[in-house]
Amino acid sequence: MAARARLCSLLGSVLALAALVGQVTGVKNFEDVRCKCICPPYKDQPGHIFNKNVSQKDCDCLHVVESMPVSGPDVEAYCLRCECKYEERSSVTIKVTVIIYLSILGLLLLYMVYLTLAEPILKRRLFGHSQLIQRDEDIGDHQPFANAHDVLARSRSRANVLNKVEYAQQRWKLQVQEQRKSVFDRHVVLS
Amino acid sequence: MESEQLFRRGYYRNSYNSITSASSDEELLDGAGVIMDFQTSEDDNLLDGDASVGTHYTMTNGGSINSSTHLLDLLDEPIPGVGTYDDFHTIDWVREKCKDRERHRRINSKKKESAWEMAKSLYDAWSGWLVVTLTGLASGALAGLIDIAADWMTDLKEGICLDALWFNHEQCCWGSNKTTFEERDKCPQWETWAELIIGQAEGPGSYIMNYIMYIFWALSFAFLAVSLVKVFAPYACGSGIPEIKTILSGFIIRGYLGKWTLMIKTITLVLAVASGLSLGKEGPLVHVACCCGNIFSYLFPKYSTNEAKKREVLSAASAAGVSVAFGAPIGGVLFSLEEVSYYFPLKTLWRSFFAALVAAFVLRSINPFGNSRLVLFYVEYHTPWYLFELFPFILLGVFGGLWGAFFIRANIAWCRRRKSTKFGKYPVLEVIIVAAVTAVIAFPNPYTRLNTSELIKQLFTDCGPLESSSLCDYRNDMNASKLVDIPDRPAGTGVYSAIWQLCLALIFKIIMTVFTFGIKVPSGLFIPSMAIGAIAGRIVGIAVEQLAYYHHDWFIFKEWCEVGADCITPGLYAMVGAAACLGGVTRMTVSLVVIVFELTGGLEYIVPLMAAVMTSKWVGDAFGREGIYEAHIRLNGYPFLDAKEEFTHTTLAADVMRPRRSDPPLAVLTQDNMTVEDIENLINETSYNGFPVIMSKESQRLVGFALRRDLTIAIESARKKQEGIVGSSRVCFAQHTPSLPAESPRPLKLRSILDMSPFTVTDHTPMEIVVDIFRKLGLRQCLVTHNGIVLGIITKKNILEHLEQLKQHVEPLAPPWHYNKKRYPPSYGPDGKPRPRINNVQLNPIAEEREETEEEVHLLNSTML
Repeated sequence: MAARARLCSLLGSVLALAALVGQVTGVKNFEDVRCKCICPPYKDQPGHIFNKNVSQKDCDCLHVVESMPVSGPDVEAYCLRCECKYEERSSVTIKVTVIIYLSILGLLLLYMVYLTLAEPILKRRLFGHSQLIQRDEDIGDHQPFANAHDVLARSRSRANVLNKVEYAQQRWKLQVQEQRKSVFDRHVVLS
Repeated sequence: MESEQLFRRGYYRNSYNSITSASSDEELLDGAGVIMDFQTSEDDNLLDGDASVGTHYTMTNGGSINSSTHLLDLLDEPIPGVGTYDDFHTIDWVREKCKDRERHRRINSKKKESAWEMAKSLYDAWSGWLVVTLTGLASGALAGLIDIAADWMTDLKEGICLDALWFNHEQCCWGSNKTTFEERDKCPQWETWAELIIGQAEGPGSYIMNYIMYIFWALSFAFLAVSLVKVFAPYACGSGIPEIKTILSGFIIRGYLGKWTLMIKTITLVLAVASGLSLGKEGPLVHVACCCGNIFSYLFPKYSTNEAKKREVLSAASAAGVSVAFGAPIGGVLFSLEEVSYYFPLKTLWRSFFAALVAAFVLRSINPFGNSRLVLFYVEYHTPWYLFELFPFILLGVFGGLWGAFFIRANIAWCRRRKSTKFGKYPVLEVIIVAAVTAVIAFPNPYTRLNTSELIKQLFTDCGPLESSSLCDYRNDMNASKLVDIPDRPAGTGVYSAIWQLCLALIFKIIMTVFTFGIKVPSGLFIPSMAIGAIAGRIVGIAVEQLAYYHHDWFIFKEWCEVGADCITPGLYAMVGAAACLGGVTRMTVSLVVIVFELTGGLEYIVPLMAAVMTSKWVGDAFGREGIYEAHIRLNGYPFLDAKEEFTHTTLAADVMRPRRSDPPLAVLTQDNMTVEDIENLINETSYNGFPVIMSKESQRLVGFALRRDLTIAIESARKKQEGIVGSSRVCFAQHTPSLPAESPRPLKLRSILDMSPFTVTDHTPMEIVVDIFRKLGLRQCLVTHNGIVLGIITKKNILEHLEQLKQHVEPLAPPWHYNKKRYPPSYGPDGKPRPRINNVQLNPIAEEREETEEEVHLLNSTML
């Protein structure tokens, strides 16, 4: 639960930050509307793609194609073949989405690394060598959260607010451990 | 009672020949206050071991069964936790629905009392719509996030947009004026890895560099996905549809629709899609939407406390999921109805419709693909189709059916291997290997290197004058006067090479999909199946087109395909093929056709789609009746009672019920002469999930049914909270506490947790009826009685075991006659003739030993959940 709270607050700040960045810098290079005209090969002219930032009502070949490759009477025939499409996008949405996604992914990765690598080492320091080594041998389970049971029992005995948080976290760990057993070891679900 | 009477009337007219039992039957129906004697047969002692043969029992009917009272009328002091379920247990739909009606009545009766109560009742009435609105909003937003992030990450394998790192390839070149007609995806802003690292855009060096980077990214995405799944939420793997189907049919998998599952599934789905594995995001999106539905239902007590109501929200959520996955709101509703839902009343239909609408609206306003559509591969055709084309369409249907049958067989065999052998112990390694093989083989072929949705889009798109891909490399005459209808043209070299590449891509996809579906990352099946169908369809389409071009004088083409006419649209064939293959795998029909037609927006192609999908279903069903989801449900042994299957056997309830003949007697509770200690011992010694409550050991008549979980919770809370409850306290399920000696401790009243109206059938009820009751009412268990005496119990699991057992035997399997005869003599005439009903069907005295079936049951028990 603590992890989730931490995550939520971080996520919120990231969101705010992303919005701020988007507002301040603005996106000038990549406009959010375009009129794209694809003109197929015509006579000796090769096919062309034209892109222009115009409003929807102006989105036709005559407005978009600058420096018409053909002249005079051919313009109409050339333009008849072109297909012009007005398209909109929101680059801010894309940017914010990708940033949010990456930050969540990054946080999860950090948390994963912490749980799998850092936490066992910390626990080892805190609770002494002999006890842990012995337990490792006992269970033979080197997966993350393997010590959830113990911590759970310990934190239940001492009851203050801080430990409640840890208790909730350990309960979640136990649940995940249970899920992992049923999916990967016993293969009773999702195989 | 009602049901019992119904069945007796319908099926029991002829079944009792013996006068004794007939009279006792009538008296049972009459009810109260009768004292009667009857002789128990020797086999009745399966109820309790110590009853000796031929004892005269005196049975007192206390008349305490008021069948009109409901379970919850008596809940004066609700004990927290009673009425909930354990993990991996089946819910009792009937009980949940009763509970909901009760709650509804309570709120309605209070409504007039005050303005606050009125507001509460309004809130209650609206909460259904609120929760589906929230679900729709959330699933639309998450689908948008997944779409955008997956597109970006997929393109990250090739290169990066230097100007704005968060743009994918297409968005990067969006405003660029430097794209050319031939190479329309090239622009200076987008740099491939080779350009960035070694500074070369062309040549073998850059190819190798790109190849290496492609494999590197694919492997790292796959590794990240599988390790996140493994560490945080193992339930996030797979497509999720089989499990959701099971959950919707009334099964509890705790944490399957939880917050962590939602988060990890969303995050890893993007990684899995981006890693280029042969999987899609459509199935997992349904799971994501269902997670949203479940999480939001916790905000509303109406849904959070009632498992049956929660499943209505989940049905709506799955509709929203498909709605955003395919941009097909109506298709989503039909998908929920046809494929996933178990209980789908009209109210749920409207809510699903609304949820699908909201979700589609949100996704549309996010506009993730920049094409103002909900899906990448939206296409529009306006060309007509001709009658003779039905033949190739049906051929595609046959291909789809064959592919479906092959895929189901192969994938299930592979998954069974994973489940049962040691190989399943290495999920991370498996994912890495599959990803590596996929990446190494996929890169050289341009059609497999592409994102699968992109590939489908290319295959669906018709070759207009604006297309420049090699699939559209026809020999053109430049002076063609027509602008819109491009006539059939001879294929150029580009098309021929494209066909070769497509054939290789087809084989590759077929093989890889079999091995990919079921690995421990979120993996959907819709997109790869559609891709396979689209490839096959496009190949067939081009072949028919060329055939029509070169042989336009054949009698079938003569009428429609004159020279210079546009009669064959290969893109349409790709679409029909995609529908056929998806239909072959999932065995959906109506919803699939609607989904595809919503994808294309062309009403005129409904008939070809229907023909292909129906053919593929027929062909697929010829090889095996179940779709991939049912097959996975069966593989995992989920308690799912399929409403589509028919039960055609002639077995009776007595053949299915537990305890079997060799088992220990049925564990029962008595109404008022057991102590707390007795019950605790019984609970500790047995593993049953519920116990029938009978009047007394002597009379054996049914009073009600108490669930194990409720009993444990109630006794535990009573021991804590009520004074004077000790091990020797009497437990009383009856309305009136019996008179006790003065010095005895206070009795514990547990009437509130007793289900006073358990479903009962008599021992001679045919199993077809029992199976029907279970399916239609969603029962969890059903008691089997004989003359009002509890004989045994049938649970959903027993029925599933029975079905499985019957499937393996030669059908029809009549009950072994000796077994019946020995067990229930009263139901037969003095000469031991079987009941008349059995005479109607062929009685196969199969020499089937009891031991064998017993052994099988054991085997089943070990494999079943």
